[in-house]
Amino acid sequence: MSFKVYQINPELKDVMPQEIIDLEEKSTLNNPKRGVMDLPFYKELIEEHSLCAGCPEAAALRYIMASLPNPEDTIIVNSTGCTSLVFPHIAMHTVHSLFGNQNAVASGIKRVLEYRYPDRVKDVVVLAGDGATVDIGLDCTLQSFFRQEKITTICFDNEVYANTGGQESGMTPKGHVFKMAPKGKQFEKVPMWQLAIDSGCKYVARLTVSSPKRVESVIKKAVYVARYLGPTYVHLYTPCILEIGLNSDQGLEEMRARDKERFEFFEYITPEAQEVIDRVKAEGLL
Amino acid sequence: MSNLTTSEVKVNKSGQRIVSPDYLLFEAPREKFFMTGSEAVKEAVKRASVDASVSYPITPQSEAAHLIGELWVEGYVGVYFRGESEFGVMSEVAGCAMAGARTITTTSGPGTLRAFENFPMWAGTRIPVQLVLMARGVNSPLSIQPDNLEVGFLLDTGCMIWYAENAQDLFDMILAGFVVAEKPAVHVPVITVVDGFFVSHTREAIMIPPDDIALPPYDPTKAPMPVIDLEVPPGRFLRDPFVMKSNYISYATHASWQFEVRAAIERSRPYAKHYLRGLIEEFGNPEAEIVFVAAGTAASQAKEAVRLLKDEEGIEAKVVKLKTLRPFPYEELRASVKNAKYIFVPEFNVVGWMEREITKWLYGYSNATIIGAPRVAGGMTMPAEVIVKEVLNYVKES
Repeated sequence: MSFKVYQINPELKDVMPQEIIDLEEKSTLNNPKRGVMDLPFYKELIEEHSLCAGCPEAAALRYIMASLPNPEDTIIVNSTGCTSLVFPHIAMHTVHSLFGNQNAVASGIKRVLEYRYPDRVKDVVVLAGDGATVDIGLDCTLQSFFRQEKITTICFDNEVYANTGGQESGMTPKGHVFKMAPKGKQFEKVPMWQLAIDSGCKYVARLTVSSPKRVESVIKKAVYVARYLGPTYVHLYTPCILEIGLNSDQGLEEMRARDKERFEFFEYITPEAQEVIDRVKAEGLL
Repeated sequence: MSNLTTSEVKVNKSGQRIVSPDYLLFEAPREKFFMTGSEAVKEAVKRASVDASVSYPITPQSEAAHLIGELWVEGYVGVYFRGESEFGVMSEVAGCAMAGARTITTTSGPGTLRAFENFPMWAGTRIPVQLVLMARGVNSPLSIQPDNLEVGFLLDTGCMIWYAENAQDLFDMILAGFVVAEKPAVHVPVITVVDGFFVSHTREAIMIPPDDIALPPYDPTKAPMPVIDLEVPPGRFLRDPFVMKSNYISYATHASWQFEVRAAIERSRPYAKHYLRGLIEEFGNPEAEIVFVAAGTAASQAKEAVRLLKDEEGIEAKVVKLKTLRPFPYEELRASVKNAKYIFVPEFNVVGWMEREITKWLYGYSNATIIGAPRVAGGMTMPAEVIVKEVLNYVKES
């Protein structure tokens, strides 16, 4: 896109809100080397947020927004849930359409953009919760993998339907008691990262957001591999501290604990994806 | 309006000469062909500079969807693939349209219901997607036969609903549908309904213009909502009025957005009137006291009944065929039934949604008795003789 669209008319500058002026003067746009280390010094693409205090999801969103290599030419397709509350605060093109259809909408957008702008890079990223990705939207999620859509799918797994008040989800570990599972969940947590591998994703990662640098590395790899090859999937643990009874300063602690067990860092890279990653690394972008 | 006089000949991505909608619909020479409704869909799409289409199999619309796929192979459609289900398909076409594509898809019966959550979303997102709906019965019990119950469900989704009577209507309505739906003042989806099998699978004579001319391509920059193609500044907005905060401003925003979608449909009236040559069509004696109000093939059968009543019983009657249901042509309807004593509403479903519509819009405007008959469903046909019998029974009784 033309960066002129970010330029504020000088005559109107005195009435523009500071955060809009910052987007022009202190942004990391048009710089594929941007990353989480820029966070303290530059204008973020997320302006405040409406999540609970200390929500790890908010941290995850900030790291992702800071890591996208090409935010000025990236569309984020979102779904319903806690994440959707944040999207009105993001200075990027975002789409919310229905609960669970995010990968279908993203498929349509990506294909039309490739048709309308064959010589331009326009990344499409899906960002949705575990209910949207794995339960209600599993069909659309997996089918977009089968079709080899060139989109990155990021799942924020908090292991519960948090926005609706704490109901069991397919990603809840077996035995955990939540609403709608008053006797504890009766079946195992869905191995979504494995389903993504089996469904044809070229790059799959599972991690918590305890390490910003690791999130940056994973997001960049996922976006580049999707851009050049096919579907990629990133599974992030973003615990709902509210629903598991933690205080607002305990999210990081919780994620670090899970780093050692069911969210131990796991990465799957096909040989062709590795080639893309090596190439991007050689260009100094990773 | 025709740009034939301009010295520069403009072509679309398929290499077809771009002509004005008026030229394509009204002025271009037409040749007679013998084809099914499904083939008429293909011919219309071929001349519509369509960017994208997503398909899914369901009888009786599958053939139309196959034929759009053939157009993709031939280079007349930019993006085409088979989606995973109608729910997925309607979301995929939404994505296509958000990204700035002129988009068409087709479905039928249970597929419509599977996809349903998408239709109000389309309208609220203000995308001018066209859905060609080849109406069919819905489960249970399973039926693949013609029945238009699903149309009654669609009436309040915020989409324009047009109803084609035959293959000719369908061809013209698909072209007009894009033109009207994409007007910046309108910019809502259009659902072009046709009765499954009766039209989709029946071969009839149809007049069509040459295939080396086409509609002007869709210009998404004229849309009332910013196109999601990253060529305009990113705003802090979602593609729908995402205002699920618990305060009165958000409630009012959501309500006014819904009113605006309906107002957009109302603003389509003058365009639809022009490109459809009126929102209704009258057949028979204009002064008749017996009036049939119908859409689709129910109108065709009512026309036959008008002929039979006149020729065999000496009874004058007329048909008011509704071409659009959303917007509903209430002014035209009220004027056309001013002499009516009996208004019969023949329709292909068990609930009589058309009768409900007619009764609502004529309340306080007509003293005629409104009779929701004959009514057939589940694939049953509606012979003209059945309509005549219904009329004779009623008229004799009263």
